[in-house]
Amino acid sequence: MAETRYTRDHEYIRIEGDTGTVGITDYAQGQLGDVVFVELPTLGKAVAKGAEAAVVESVKAASEIYAPVSGEVVAVNGDLEAAPNAVNEDPAGKGWFLKLKLTDAAELEGLMSEAEYQNYVKTL
Amino acid sequence: MAAEIADAETADAGAVDASSGAVAPRPLRRTPLHARHVALGARMVPFAGYDMPVQYPSGILGEHNWTRDKAGLFDVSHMGQAFLIGPDHETTARALEALVPADILNLAPGRQRYSQLLNEEGGILDDLMVTRSADPDEDGALLLIVNAACKEADYAHIEQRLPENVKLIRAGHRGLIAVQGPAAAEALAALNPEVAEMSFMSARSLKLGGVQANLSRSGYTGEDGYEISAAAAKIGEIWDTLLLDARVRPVGLGARDSLRLEAGLCLYGHDIDKTTSPVEAALAWSIQKRRREEGGFPGAGRIQRELREGPQFLRVGLLPEGRAPAREGAEIATPDGEVVGKVTSGGFGPTLNGPCAMGYVASAHSAPGARLDLLVRGNRLPAVVAPMPFVPNRYKR
Repeated sequence: MAETRYTRDHEYIRIEGDTGTVGITDYAQGQLGDVVFVELPTLGKAVAKGAEAAVVESVKAASEIYAPVSGEVVAVNGDLEAAPNAVNEDPAGKGWFLKLKLTDAAELEGLMSEAEYQNYVKTL
Repeated sequence: MAAEIADAETADAGAVDASSGAVAPRPLRRTPLHARHVALGARMVPFAGYDMPVQYPSGILGEHNWTRDKAGLFDVSHMGQAFLIGPDHETTARALEALVPADILNLAPGRQRYSQLLNEEGGILDDLMVTRSADPDEDGALLLIVNAACKEADYAHIEQRLPENVKLIRAGHRGLIAVQGPAAAEALAALNPEVAEMSFMSARSLKLGGVQANLSRSGYTGEDGYEISAAAAKIGEIWDTLLLDARVRPVGLGARDSLRLEAGLCLYGHDIDKTTSPVEAALAWSIQKRRREEGGFPGAGRIQRELREGPQFLRVGLLPEGRAPAREGAEIATPDGEVVGKVTSGGFGPTLNGPCAMGYVASAHSAPGARLDLLVRGNRLPAVVAPMPFVPNRYKR
C-alpha cells in the first residue's frame, strides 16, 4: 500500500517502492488560489532534500516547491502545462508535479504522517 | 511549498523595524465594510495599514472574470478622500496646479481628471483623481482621491504648500466603493436611473436609494463602471443593495490587481514612484497642452525637457511568450544580454489568458514589437514590447 508523507511547507510525497510522487496538499492549493503555471524540473535532475524542485504560479504570486526528500527526477507531470488548474481541482491526484527516485529512504522518517499533518494544519 | 516569493498586495504591510529588520505588527485599520467582508467569507490581508479582502470564496480568477463579464463590487474605502476648498474654482485650481501637472483650471464642473503629485525633481509622490463638483454652490471645491499608503504624506505635502485661503479637508468619515463591469451601469441604474446619463470621467452628486452619494464614472479595471463615495455609516446600504442584484458580486484586491494590470494602469509604489516622472511612466497624456507650455508645476524643467527630447527610460507593456509569468523585479535584457530595464508589475492575465507585464526600459528598446528577454529565476523568457492596455478598455465615452 502506498504511504504518503508530508512536509511543514505543505508538499506531499506518496511512496511506491523506491519512488515518490510529489505534489502540494489541498490546504496549500487553497492558500495559493488559482494556479496558472507550473515550472517543472528537467528529467534526470538530482535534487537535495529541501532544495527547490518546482515553482507554482498563481494569479497572485510565485511559490517554490521544495523536494521533501533527496532524489532524482524520473517523471514530471506534463499535463500541467495545458491544465495547471489540476493542482487546484485534484492536488493529490491529477495535480501531481514530479516523481523522485529516492536517494535515502531514511529521510522519510523526518516527514509527517497523514494524521500528524492534519493536526499540524489545524494549528495554522 | 515556500512562502510566496512575490506578493504585491501584502508587500507594504507592517512597519519595518530598522534595527532588527523585523516586521513589527501594528493594529490594522478597518473600512466601514469590514464586517461584511468577513461575513462574505473573504480572506483578509494587511494592505496599506488596513485589513482588506484579497479575495472572496470564489477566488481571484473567478472574481476577475466576473468583473469582465458582469459586474464586480470593490471596497476601496482605504483610499484617501479629501476636499480642497477655496473661495472660487480659479483660486483652488491654481493652488492645486502648483502641485500637479494637469490642467485643473479648465476642468469643467462635474468632470474628473487623473494627475500626479510631483516632487521638485518631477518624480511622482502619488497619483490621484481630481473631481470638480457639478454643483455651482460648491464652486471652489475639488475632491481628491489618493492612494491609501500615501494619504497621510500627501495631505501633509499639500497642506504645507496651500495659500491661506485654500484649505484641505480630510473626508475620513466617508467610504468608497467601486462597481465595475459591463453590467455595472444597469445594476446601479436600478438605484437611480440618472447614473445612465453620466459619461466616462464625469461626476455627479445624487441619491442612491435613500443615500446621498458622490459618483464618478471611472475605475481601475478598464471596464465601464462607477466609484461611489458616501458617508461611512451609509456606504453599507449601497453595498448591500448592489449585492442583491444577481449580476453583482464582491471582488477583492487580488482581482483588482490583475484587472488593472491587463488595463495597463499603474500601481503606485510599483510602476510609479518618487524616482519616475509622468513622462517616463507613459502618462504624458495626463499633462494638458497649457501646462506643457506654461510649466509652473514641480519638476517642470525635467518634464518639459523629457516631453521635448524624449525620456531616457519609458514604461512599456511586455508580453512574454509561453505561459510563465514574469513578476515585479525581473530584469529586462536585450537578446544579446545587455540589461536595459526592470519589470515593475507582472503576472498572469486571466482575460488575456496568458502572462503580461509592464516595466521600464531604455527608450531605444521601447518601440512596440521590440524583442526583449525577461530574466526569471535564471531563465531567459522571450517577450515582446506591446501596446497597453493588454485587454481593450470599455469605457463609456
